[in-house]
Amino acid sequence: MIDTTAAILLSMIAAATPLVFAATGELVTEKSGVLNLGVEGMMLLGAVSGFATTVATGSPVLGVVAGALAGIGMSLLFAFLTLTMLANQVASGLALTLFGVGLSALIGQDFVGTPMDALPKLAIPVISDLPLIGPVLFGHDPLVYLSVALVGAVYWFLNHSRGGLVLRAVGENHHAAHAIGYHVIGIRYLAVMFGGAMSGIGGAYLSLAYTPMWIENMTAGRGWIALALVVFATWKPGWVLIGAYLFGGVTIAQLHIQGLGVDIPSQFLSMLPYLATILVLVMISRDSLRIRLNAPACIGKVFHPDS
Amino acid sequence: MLLKLEPRGERSKVMIYATPFIAIALTLFFGAGLFALMGHAPQTALYTFFIKPVSDVYGMSELLVKATPLILCAVGLAIGFRANVWNIGAEGQLIAGAIAGGGMALLFHDSQGLWLLPLMIVTGIAGGMAWAAIPAFLKTRFNANEILTSLMLTYVATLLLSYLVNGPYRDPDGFNFPESRIFHDAATLPILFEGSRVSISAIIALFVVLAAWMLLSRSLIGFQIRVIGMTPSAGSFAGFSAKGIIWFTLLVSGGLAGLAGISEVAGPIGQLLPVISPGYGFTAIIVAFLGRLHPVGILFAGLLMALSYIGGEAVQIDMGMPLAVTGVFQGMLLFFLLSADVLIRYRIRRVAARPVTVKARAE
Amino acid sequence: MTAESLLTLSQVTKRFPGCIANDHVDLDVKAGEIHALLGENGAGKSTLMKIVYGVLKPDEGEIFWQGKPVQIESPAAARRLGIGMVFQHFSLFDSLTVAENIALGLDSNPPLNRLAEEIRTIASRYSLAIDPDRHVHSLSVGERQRVEIVRCLLQDPKLLIMDEPTSVLTPQEADGLFETLRELVAEGCSVLYISHKLEEIRALCHRATILRGGKVVGFADPKASTARELAALMIGSEVGASRRGAAGNAGEPVLEITGLSFPGDQPFGIDLHDLSLTVRAGEIVGVAGVAGNGQAEFLDVLNGEALCLTADAIRINGVGVGWTGPRQRRMLGMGFVPEERLGQGAVPEMSLSENALLSSYQQKGMVSGGMISLGKAISFARDIIRTYAVRARGDMAEARSLSGGNLQKFIMGREIMQDPKLLIVAAPTWGVDAGAATAIRQALIDLRGRGAAILVISQDLDELFEITDRIAVIHHGRLSSARPTSETTIEEIGLLMGGADAAAETADVA
Repeated sequence: MIDTTAAILLSMIAAATPLVFAATGELVTEKSGVLNLGVEGMMLLGAVSGFATTVATGSPVLGVVAGALAGIGMSLLFAFLTLTMLANQVASGLALTLFGVGLSALIGQDFVGTPMDALPKLAIPVISDLPLIGPVLFGHDPLVYLSVALVGAVYWFLNHSRGGLVLRAVGENHHAAHAIGYHVIGIRYLAVMFGGAMSGIGGAYLSLAYTPMWIENMTAGRGWIALALVVFATWKPGWVLIGAYLFGGVTIAQLHIQGLGVDIPSQFLSMLPYLATILVLVMISRDSLRIRLNAPACIGKVFHPDS
Repeated sequence: MLLKLEPRGERSKVMIYATPFIAIALTLFFGAGLFALMGHAPQTALYTFFIKPVSDVYGMSELLVKATPLILCAVGLAIGFRANVWNIGAEGQLIAGAIAGGGMALLFHDSQGLWLLPLMIVTGIAGGMAWAAIPAFLKTRFNANEILTSLMLTYVATLLLSYLVNGPYRDPDGFNFPESRIFHDAATLPILFEGSRVSISAIIALFVVLAAWMLLSRSLIGFQIRVIGMTPSAGSFAGFSAKGIIWFTLLVSGGLAGLAGISEVAGPIGQLLPVISPGYGFTAIIVAFLGRLHPVGILFAGLLMALSYIGGEAVQIDMGMPLAVTGVFQGMLLFFLLSADVLIRYRIRRVAARPVTVKARAE
Repeated sequence: MTAESLLTLSQVTKRFPGCIANDHVDLDVKAGEIHALLGENGAGKSTLMKIVYGVLKPDEGEIFWQGKPVQIESPAAARRLGIGMVFQHFSLFDSLTVAENIALGLDSNPPLNRLAEEIRTIASRYSLAIDPDRHVHSLSVGERQRVEIVRCLLQDPKLLIMDEPTSVLTPQEADGLFETLRELVAEGCSVLYISHKLEEIRALCHRATILRGGKVVGFADPKASTARELAALMIGSEVGASRRGAAGNAGEPVLEITGLSFPGDQPFGIDLHDLSLTVRAGEIVGVAGVAGNGQAEFLDVLNGEALCLTADAIRINGVGVGWTGPRQRRMLGMGFVPEERLGQGAVPEMSLSENALLSSYQQKGMVSGGMISLGKAISFARDIIRTYAVRARGDMAEARSLSGGNLQKFIMGREIMQDPKLLIVAAPTWGVDAGAATAIRQALIDLRGRGAAILVISQDLDELFEITDRIAVIHHGRLSSARPTSETTIEEIGLLMGGADAAAETADVA
């Protein structure tokens, strides 16, 4: 029983981790006033680049780095379109996702079906062997710990550092930030790139640790769920973590119910994460005042210094 | 020298028409590069991709087959995008239309009545509308973001279709394959040209383009859509109902996607399968933008995007390239279009790297 | 160039597409003086100040600071030189606290609690009451300005630039500001004071440079000049006052507001409490008030963009309209000119014809069977352009290509030419050049002459005193009773705007 519980909690955390990365990255991007709907595309490219690099070099570390770099590359495309060429952010984000779907499939064509070992788990002698607590707290791969640390770091950055204050100011009122002398476009480039890197790592986690393989479109909407998580969290990093684990729970729960052979068609169980996303969005969004109080006021707006 | 974007006083009428061509040219250029990178002769590859597929009558007819659902979906999406209503779940609405309309064909599979096809089309449209009504309701009632809800519903629709063809819709004589019965003649759209797969849905799409054109340019509701899309507070000042427009645009785009869905299963496909669309609903987003969110522009953009599907298949068959090339081309095209669009509102000016000219100090 | 010159601009030129904002401008600010930069809207004052503060870069010309040539590359560079600026549209962030806002404008990075102490010290020294821990969205406009001033003062500036600082203040608050500025100057700081209000420049400033059409057209000693002389320099011709015409006898009530309450629905909004006001045929009633006291909510409710709690809270010609939207109210003869002309009163990217259609298609019968008659819209737009002398490239010009004054004339024309029985106007001449302002005020007076009821909501007291017959004050979501304009004074209205004796005033009426 304890083992089953531990297994469920473990897989729940694993299912949540890509969402934690992607949603935390997107949160920082949105705090700077930029809405990047291309998370799904960036994750896919991160997944395929991470996988291909790991297969080629044998180093999962390099794989994660490659995933981050791929995400940054994609995010730079988006940043160039929206920040330099002043294109519509919604359309550009959609374009990024459509492009990412195609490009990742193209890159990954030779890797479909290639087997790979999952990222090694941390194994601390004795402690990791403790019942329940051992595996749940100390039995993950390093990226899981990194993702939790990331949330803490982003929380500290946004609320207690000068850089975070400037970032929030840029997202709140870009014209005022420009008038005081901040480089709005430069700051947003950095925020978008951070979002890209985190989406890339989130994608790489999928293909290196969660399901160690490459399949076309393997993110299956997780990029979009990450976007919904940011709204759910009302742009607060701690809530991203809670939200992601809730979603991880829903995903794993439906897998386990399927495994138990309950007489519900599997397709309906597979719908659960998507339906849960809708439900959560509705519950948060109905309090529109709260959304508007927390949402960065300039989100999605094009900035040109002369206008 | 540096380049600087300088706002134009008014939008450039020339650039509105020129930028799609600039984007196409850039896509061809970088596409050639991509082919070279993959180890294929760019000229041959471009020829195989863009020219060869439409160099015979059958190829042209296949172009129409692929363009029809794209145009139907894109016209609906464009009407929504004009109003800043971002329905990106046309794929799901297309599937919902196919499920609803196709369900009629299966329900009345022993009927030969002339009423069956109209019934299927109407229920197909209604199915798409119903699927789009969910985001509309959630948006107007709970303020939930329609981008995310409509997209999530696409996954749900895909799973629902998968369940149906594995369960209630499965062909009883089909050896347990996840497929429905093949629709009989009374439940299939009439073919336009003998020997092709072009059905009357192509004519319907043409009619939809004209109707949407009139709607957007000459009707009061089209005016309201444009005002609310460009400047919501001006719409509110004038007393236009933003919620009404959200409902209207989502229902129209959902209905048109549903029409595309039923046209596919009652046309080229002829039955319900687990997968009935190679992503028409998503590609329609590109079609809508490439066509400048204008129905006539969408007509041409739909043909071009249809070509990218056929071309992708051609390079796969002839040159052994992966089908994903299509997606990359489509994505690239949208990128270049979006960045070229900056020229509509801004002009590029060259400025000195140091903009301050300091003269010798006056004595 | 004398030794005590602090800031000197020589032949500074800045071009924008289609206009020269500053044309070889010279300016000389001496240490320890309040120097006025005088000019009407669009004269190029703000552009010039943005150049001094490093927000914009000049195309030509030189800047000297304490006699040495400098290039001010950025606001941070300006601050390092000792230049501080208080913007007309404050560069503040609503969702952040006062201390966070101030920290953003400092180049050093002190811990927030120490900064809060410094803010309290500076604030008490110059009697600028502010609380560092409050969020900016909860502050009044006057308090926000104090935040900006404190932000500048913390940097020990040698030059403080104030861009139209009194446009958002009550007369009493403005007096308080002048005291602070005089104290600063006594300590050796210089102030560059930008305004088009002649009286306050005469009261406050030591010297004045006058700008017109981007060029320097003169210098003056404001204390030795009359307002008339300064105005002549600023506008370039004699100031045309609008012909007021005799206030006719006000007729039947057209707009009746009774006990109107409205809970604000925006973040940082103001609730309206129990507003009552009657506007009769043939009179102009003004509502004065400092921005952010509920005007936006009041306007939304008046136009029907937000609905009232009861249908009879607002009646037009006796018909309760509290639950109906703008279109139904227009059918009863209401015209409406919103506060924001580009983006509310007009769609920037639509042609003037389409913008003419926006609010007139019902009255002018431009729609039948759901389809628009573009021909009618075009001819109506042309009528407006001709009648109100709107300078535009034609009826196909996009609204955003028009200057502020011309677009306002177009919008006023669009509403007035529908022959409204009731016209509600917000900020009729805000940011409009003097010529257009006179034309717009005249149009309102003429409309009153034709028997319409007019409600003007404005922050510009001079304007309200020029054109209204009665005047009321909105403060913190409450409306004072309307009193005849001829029987009140700017001081009295100013006190009400500050909410000083709202209670006493209500007691008076009761």
